Amino acid sequence: MMLVFAAFFLLPLCFVIMVSFWDYNEYEMIPAFTTRGYYESFEGCLAQLPGLCTILKTYVETIKLCFLTWAFTLVIGFSVAYFLAFHIKTKSMQIGLSLLCTIPFWTSNVIRMIAWIPLLGRNGLVNTGLMHVGLIDKPLEWLLFSEFAVVLSLVHLFTFFMVVPIFNSLIRIDKRLIEAAYDAGASGWQTLWNVVIPLAKPGIVIGSIFVITIVMGDFITIGVMGGQQLAAAGKIIEVRLNALQFPAAAANAVILLAITFLIISALSKLVDIRKEL
Amino acid sequence: MPKPSSDTSRPKSFYILALVFTLYVLFLYGPMFAIFTLSFQGPDGGLTFPMNGVSLHWFYKLFEGTGIVDIGAAFTRSIKLGLVVMVVTVVLSVMAGMAFRKKFAGSAVLFYTAIASLIVPSIITSLGIALEFRLIDDSVHHFGGTWGESWTTGMGLFSSGLGAHLTWTLPFGLLIMFAIFNRFDATLEEAARDLGASPWQTFRFVVLPIILPSVVGIGLFGFTLSWDELARSSQAIGAVNTLPLELQGLTTTVTKPDIYALGTLTSAVSFIAIFGALFVMNLLQKRQNRHGSDAGKGSL
Repeated sequence: MMLVFAAFFLLPLCFVIMVSFWDYNEYEMIPAFTTRGYYESFEGCLAQLPGLCTILKTYVETIKLCFLTWAFTLVIGFSVAYFLAFHIKTKSMQIGLSLLCTIPFWTSNVIRMIAWIPLLGRNGLVNTGLMHVGLIDKPLEWLLFSEFAVVLSLVHLFTFFMVVPIFNSLIRIDKRLIEAAYDAGASGWQTLWNVVIPLAKPGIVIGSIFVITIVMGDFITIGVMGGQQLAAAGKIIEVRLNALQFPAAAANAVILLAITFLIISALSKLVDIRKEL
Repeated sequence: MPKPSSDTSRPKSFYILALVFTLYVLFLYGPMFAIFTLSFQGPDGGLTFPMNGVSLHWFYKLFEGTGIVDIGAAFTRSIKLGLVVMVVTVVLSVMAGMAFRKKFAGSAVLFYTAIASLIVPSIITSLGIALEFRLIDDSVHHFGGTWGESWTTGMGLFSSGLGAHLTWTLPFGLLIMFAIFNRFDATLEEAARDLGASPWQTFRFVVLPIILPSVVGIGLFGFTLSWDELARSSQAIGAVNTLPLELQGLTTTVTKPDIYALGTLTSAVSFIAIFGALFVMNLLQKRQNRHGSDAGKGSL
């Protein structure tokens, strides 16, 4: 197993870092040390200060998408997990309802993305419905191939990654603690905020790591649902690759990796992953 | 809904959360039902509602292979790759799972590598594998002499593609094995040893039957993860495409419901795989219950 990881994960990662310092021309990479990949990525950034250059704008955009998705998945995921863990009394019902949430995951992500098209499109259900009711008189253009569609689709795809670890944490909470809180006179919200959430923190952190890393590196959902128009960190890499500019792609990959790593290490300070299994 | 278990009535939060849950489930299923329905669109129908008649027209078109690229070939490739990934994932995960029950040199490194492999953005792994194989190709061309000249590429479905998928499936397999062995009763093994079983016999006749249902689960996970995998495959698959890649390519070009038909079809494969596996797991569980424990029968 270590061998597989070494061959297909660690070594490739090293190559990415190595190649990110290589030079390149139109059709091949040149193994000579240069920081051109990085330099070109940030070209003009200093000159444009205080305005944002392309790459910074892209990262700000990515982090914004990431934050929105994270916030929505967290709120929805926590509510769903809380409902399953505390309000469903029988085990078989819990399993049944969890299975109900899992079934859509057996469908390919791409299909779950394009599934929104008949709903959100210009002649889609939402637009025709709204026009029928008379709320709008021409189709809303921002429903599909927009930031809205991207976030909606990401939330749709990945909320369950939040539900599972949070549920896992919640189910282990000793119910007596909650009763004790009520007995001590805490209101529902106070119990939630001061007892349940701190105890659910490991699950929340693990779920957040999952969602954030997926969204940071995503280029497919952003590509498909953004109509290939939106810029994002993963998208830069893809575009560079399609142009066969491997060193430039690698440089961007290293930047993305560094940012993701920063976020994760900040989050994992809060919890020991191995203990939670 | 189960009846309230005690005399206390449900708090208000129950109803609010039940509503949230229902909305979430609707949100999950709604769009999927939309495309499953639309894939049965009549021959004149378009990409959106309303339905223009009901037919299997778009499924026929799919199998004729007209219009879109060779879907059949991509379909077979994806299934083959999925099966190989499944077997490798199961074997390696079980081996690693057994190994992790004792402390061994490098266990922490392996564990964190697995976790890292799970959370490093897919496109970076994919890019890395692509670079690795390009560099291998280049060096073969350079140093391989005459043999090197006939060499085209080492990249392919079952080299780089398989590797890319394994970086995704193995961490999951390992985590599932951890969960299994956290709940595993080690005294059973001791008993087997005391009765004179060799280590292999202990594994084959005691451990394996107990963990088998979960092992089937790992296989299932491996297959479905590989079957739907997209981001990691994108750069690392070589000249040919898997089904999800074809699908992604189609999203920008296709304007007819055949893409929905394809979606319905691939979902059907996932469903068949899952229900098949659940069935096998159930069967194994039942057998275990029948043969399993003779506790309390006084034969000690």
